[in-house]
Amino acid sequence: MMAKRVGMEVSVAIGEAAKMANVDVVAAYPITPQTHIVEHLAELVADGELDAEYIPVESEHSAMSACLGSSAAGARTFTATAGQGLELMHEVLYVASSMRLPIVMTVANRALSAPLSVWGDHSDAMAVRDTGWIQLFTENGQEVVDNVLCAFRIAEDQRVLLPVMVHLDGFHLSHMIEPILLPEVEAVKRFIPPLKYPFPLDPLKPVSMGDFGPPFIYSEAKWAQEVKLREAKDVVVECWQEFGKQFQRHYSPVEEYRSEGADVLLLTMGSYSETAAAAIDKVRAEGKNIGLVRLRLWRPFPFAELRQKVSQARVLIVLDRALSIGGPVGPVCSEIRSALYGQAKQPKVVSIVGGLGGRDISVAGFEAIISRGIKVAEKGSRNEFEIFGVRE
Amino acid sequence: MVDINQLVEIRWHGRGGQGAVTSAELLARAAIDEGKYAQAFPSFGPERRGAPVLSFVRVDSQQPIRTRAGIQEPDVVVVLDTTLLAITKITAGLKADGMVVINTRKPVKELRQEFGINCPLATVDATTIAREVLGIPITNTTMLGALVKATGIVKLESLEEPLKQRFGRLAERNIAAMKKAYQETSVKE
Amino acid sequence: MPKKGENELTWRDLEIGGIVTEPGNASQYQTGDWRSQKPTYDFDRCIKCGLCQLFCPEGCVEPNSDGHFEADLYYCKGCGICARECWTKVITMVEEEG
Repeated sequence: MMAKRVGMEVSVAIGEAAKMANVDVVAAYPITPQTHIVEHLAELVADGELDAEYIPVESEHSAMSACLGSSAAGARTFTATAGQGLELMHEVLYVASSMRLPIVMTVANRALSAPLSVWGDHSDAMAVRDTGWIQLFTENGQEVVDNVLCAFRIAEDQRVLLPVMVHLDGFHLSHMIEPILLPEVEAVKRFIPPLKYPFPLDPLKPVSMGDFGPPFIYSEAKWAQEVKLREAKDVVVECWQEFGKQFQRHYSPVEEYRSEGADVLLLTMGSYSETAAAAIDKVRAEGKNIGLVRLRLWRPFPFAELRQKVSQARVLIVLDRALSIGGPVGPVCSEIRSALYGQAKQPKVVSIVGGLGGRDISVAGFEAIISRGIKVAEKGSRNEFEIFGVRE
Repeated sequence: MVDINQLVEIRWHGRGGQGAVTSAELLARAAIDEGKYAQAFPSFGPERRGAPVLSFVRVDSQQPIRTRAGIQEPDVVVVLDTTLLAITKITAGLKADGMVVINTRKPVKELRQEFGINCPLATVDATTIAREVLGIPITNTTMLGALVKATGIVKLESLEEPLKQRFGRLAERNIAAMKKAYQETSVKE
Repeated sequence: MPKKGENELTWRDLEIGGIVTEPGNASQYQTGDWRSQKPTYDFDRCIKCGLCQLFCPEGCVEPNSDGHFEADLYYCKGCGICARECWTKVITMVEEEG
């Protein structure tokens, strides 16, 4: 049987991907715009199409706590959340990564209250930046499906054993019906080997997990985690290469679009990158030497790849879909600047924040962002960063 | 006329519960089954039965669709519920060479006068068809027939499989209603 | 690898996620060191009711070979709760001698 091209809601396709990965446990709490993902999984379990435990919990805090237990028992574990739900999970996210549990979670990125917003931006993702999870951003339905499959393989790799978050834009991806190639189940089975967690909870071979870490050992424990997360980058890249070989779709930590030799670069993350690419086509057609760079691997941060891809440009405009309120520039831009600081050759980095709380950025919008960015780079600005599209 | 060899953007006007989102999805799935590229999405946000709602479809027979923003300037507008004409400017943003497909019993001349619709206009009494064929006045699948007649955006038979998957044993009647609307839709330049 | 003291462990010595693979090693912990007074017993008064065992927060009270309840001084922290609760006044707390 060949891979099947189907028109499908991206959320439903994620459920299908988790099914193909043959998950053992799903513990989740519904929250817009993620609900359709776990709704579909609940349906698959109820209909007997997926042999898994579906644990309907009373909150996201409980969802992630239940995931800790099932993952520690050696079960392949999946969950999904968004926005406030991710925030409610916050403290447990740290436990999942520091206990090195290979949980896979999709996050349908959503703005944070108040004012109450169910719509998409990257505020939720940025708030969990330092939780120690591997984090990937995706741009379309196909990428989400592919990266959910990769996430299981990466998380469960014996060299990694860390949880993975796959970010997809709420509504702009989660609620979109679009063509998706669903790989063949057998091929997925070959791609994701069975989970062999080294210390599964077992009454016959008891262990203690999440023990006390007094001052004499806490730093060592955290450094071990830091080293492992950084080393995971090689496994992520290796996994994407293997995925490319088997499924002919290719991913890398920092991706480019018509950026070779560009004088000005725009950097984006998530689904708005596709609209941005359309804008790049327009400005290129006008003869402007402008390209696009998209950050796919957010954690561990791909320092070398980023430096290699942007350092030759004169101007780098970074679009953030979140604010670091009262802080420096947008959170992504802040990290980009930090990654480039002290490099012999580096572009002038301009921070623009836009697309907050689900506000669209059209092709024309991206053209405006590019010209504004160039102007700020050349003439300077009194602001630490620019905000796009706010009515004065 | 709408050029279906280019990117076509369609906006559906309905009321919550009338199936505007479902018809957008079915159309996109039919287009994808034909090997085309398509996107369907709701107007994002809370859903409320009876309130005016929008849904959107993009179809491109040539290349993958990259735009991830809402449709501001549609090529085609489909209206599931005539009562929306009085409270919504359904032609807002419509492209100069765009067209409107309306479920209505009113004569075209009257519609043009009353609501200032100057573009090509396709009309069908979908409510009566839905009542007769489905037994309920839900017009979303019926209006798919009208849209296909007016634009040729997909083949009518391409919608049958998505309808079967979506409606199961109720699919047959929905397909019949869609076909009846296809026959009865009249298109005026 | 020779067993290292707790201040000699490096980050490389830790099991993944800081998992402790020898569970129950807290039993090696001699909490009896914390004691400044210890229980003494007049077992003639003991009716073997076991109330002291129930109340002992350390869980270190067990019946001895005669069936009388007695604290394990390796763990007993000398809190005196057993003496307070024993209603036949078997237990008297006395100062530990330096």
